[in-house]
Amino acid sequence: MQQENRQTLAVLVENKPGVLNRVVSLFRRRNFNVDSLTVGRTHKPHISRMTIVVDVQRHDVRVVAANLLKLINVIDVRVISQEPDVSRDLALIKVRTDDVDSRNSVTMICERYPARIVDIGTKVAILEITAQEDVVEAMIEELKPIGIVEMVRTGVVAMGRGTRILDSDYEPAVRITTNNAERIGV
Amino acid sequence: MLLTGSEIVMECLIREGVDVIFGYPGGAILPTYDAMTKYPQIHHVLVRHEQGASHMADGYARATGKVGVAIATSGPGATNLVTGIATAMMDSSPIVCITGQVARGSIGTDAFQETDVTGVTLPVTKHNYLVADVEELAYVIREAFHIARSGRPGPVLIDIPKDVQTQKTEFIYPEGEIRLPGYRVPSEGHEDDVMLAVDLINQAQRPIILAGHGIMMAGASEQLRELSEIAGIPVALTLLGKGAMPEDHPMVLGMMGMHGEAASNHAIQEADLLIALGMRFDDRVTGNLKTYAQKAKKIHVDIDPSEINKNVRVNVGIPGDVRAVLSQMLPHVHRTQHPDWMAWIRDWQEDADERDILQYSADSKLLGAQVINDLWQFTGGNAVTVTDVGQHQMLEAQYYPHQRPSSLITSGGLGTMGFGFPAAIGAKFGKPEEEVWAIVGDGGFQMTMCELATAVQENIDVNIAILNNAYLGMVRQWQEFFYEERYQSTPMVNPDFCKLADAFGIPSMRVTKREQVEESVAFARSIKGPVLIEYVIEKEEIVYPMVPAGADLHNMIRRPKPGESR
Ligand SMILES: Cc1ncc(C[n+]2csc(CCOP(=O)(O)OP(=O)(O)O)c2C)c(N)n1
Ligand SMILES: [Mg+2]
Repeated sequence: MQQENRQTLAVLVENKPGVLNRVVSLFRRRNFNVDSLTVGRTHKPHISRMTIVVDVQRHDVRVVAANLLKLINVIDVRVISQEPDVSRDLALIKVRTDDVDSRNSVTMICERYPARIVDIGTKVAILEITAQEDVVEAMIEELKPIGIVEMVRTGVVAMGRGTRILDSDYEPAVRITTNNAERIGV
Repeated sequence: MLLTGSEIVMECLIREGVDVIFGYPGGAILPTYDAMTKYPQIHHVLVRHEQGASHMADGYARATGKVGVAIATSGPGATNLVTGIATAMMDSSPIVCITGQVARGSIGTDAFQETDVTGVTLPVTKHNYLVADVEELAYVIREAFHIARSGRPGPVLIDIPKDVQTQKTEFIYPEGEIRLPGYRVPSEGHEDDVMLAVDLINQAQRPIILAGHGIMMAGASEQLRELSEIAGIPVALTLLGKGAMPEDHPMVLGMMGMHGEAASNHAIQEADLLIALGMRFDDRVTGNLKTYAQKAKKIHVDIDPSEINKNVRVNVGIPGDVRAVLSQMLPHVHRTQHPDWMAWIRDWQEDADERDILQYSADSKLLGAQVINDLWQFTGGNAVTVTDVGQHQMLEAQYYPHQRPSSLITSGGLGTMGFGFPAAIGAKFGKPEEEVWAIVGDGGFQMTMCELATAVQENIDVNIAILNNAYLGMVRQWQEFFYEERYQSTPMVNPDFCKLADAFGIPSMRVTKREQVEESVAFARSIKGPVLIEYVIEKEEIVYPMVPAGADLHNMIRRPKPGESR
């Protein structure tokens, strides 16, 4: 479930240099608040996909989407949070495990969450959790008393459920030939 | 055919129908300047400052609707273009700027005259490119022109590294469809939205149309007039909307907003329906949004979907080409008139007429308003006027009614001082058959007056009217109203503008009395080439009415009626 004042956008973009910069610059210049932004490749090498969680207290999510669509390199935008969706956040959390108590607690907490211990030593352990954002947050709260020493999160990635597919048929023109592609680092 | 990148640039410009480009050479763009020698069909205008080049390209674009082209070298050449690019962005003017860049191997090394120009211009262009390889070049140029001129037009910048300009490749012009997967241009409105809008129009008792620049961009003047006449709806214009409908038409109320007509502003506040067509509810036209048009339902048609619900929440938002959408609406609009509503509006117009400065008995001082009014009269209201920014600009909007689209060129959104004179040169290149007047203030003119040399070198027939009040007049007005007459840094010691003209070899005339205005127009017309007229006007004139920034649109400071004191 999303909080009322946050919406998740899925954004298909051309996989070209500078596109992330254009998106971030848009958010800064329009004063849109970003909660999290992730970007990665898709199964098509020329298309990347972003998941952007925006704070919509001051701006209508449709205005945010319309602004994104104005960017030439943005292929499509969908407000994922207004339909049934699957959303995931991944966290790596390094916690203190330098006594029996902490080791036991960490193991028990991990059993109750979709988490696992990916590295363990005499002083610290790294836990990995992949879950909905609020679940990740709940686990973090439980770990805090034990002692979190380091943490990194990917930010939310999301996808609509069912057969409503967000994809593009677009194929780039032959414009960038394979031999120049290497040279220009595309 | 094996061509260099520079030659490809020229080939592509020719195919885009470009016949004139405005620019300034330098190291990183030299290969392209060298290629120009082989393409005499494209005329290059050597400006005196790159800001002039981007304003000229803008003026050319606004006068013709075609894409204007500016060209400059890397680093300082490119950064000098930026003000003109931002100006074009705010007013949706289609220009393409070509800049040289250091060679690819040097990018990112702080090389001599290297600036990240695509970075600098990212927020003020519709799109920009750093060309990575000569293979891309023709595609990029074609896309750039397409993006600049289609949809909501705007500036596009192409940054070309020096070694790409000299790189050779087999040149095949890319014919066929331009593939931009993420670029959508709305045309017709959604049928349901159109019918919702028509219902609101047919039910309205006190409707008003707000017509903007988009009307002219879409070529929708005819459709606008029909809607107004069929449904009996008065039309208020934005500054850039002047010319969307002939201003002598009885349904046209004149400009709205900060220095708009009282009738327009009061009608907006009293209306039960706003029909906003190709305008974007700029704060200079709305005043305080919390009290703006509270009694009205609102319809908003704009080619840019992101404008809808941006500043003003509307009942029906129709992203679309305003001409297409109006054509969809017109067959369903009922023929009607609103006599009570129009009578209420006429009362405001009469009240304004009584207060009008032209009703004041002529005393010895020459007023800016009189100069503009007389310029209108003696040019038959038919000139293309290009203004700078300030009091003279607002006086132009009030006292020079325009009858046809694109006959007023002015920097609205950015309010760029220094725009007027170079933009007038650009406009004249685009419309050589028109009588072009640059109407500028003494302040703004001094920002780009170096282009006098350009005007002479090109012997371009632009009439320059300087309204010299020896003040940054508009700022002085704010200081008078809102800063208790503390005139900090607004009085100006000016050069002798006629002697200045003389130094450039430009004929000139100084006008100090109203009787001389007619003669000055005749004099300007008699000279084929640049001519400068200095109108020495009253120093402390005020542009009325005025809605203070952020105030309610109906809370206007009005000009006192004759006999009343300020
Ligand atoms: C580049 C730029 N700098 C500052 C301003 C702020 N500004 C707006 S109007 C104005 C005064 C213009 O004076 P002048 O050109 O003499 O015209 P006038 O108002 O006297 O007619 C100024 C300084 C601006 N619009 N643009
Ligand atoms: Mg002045």
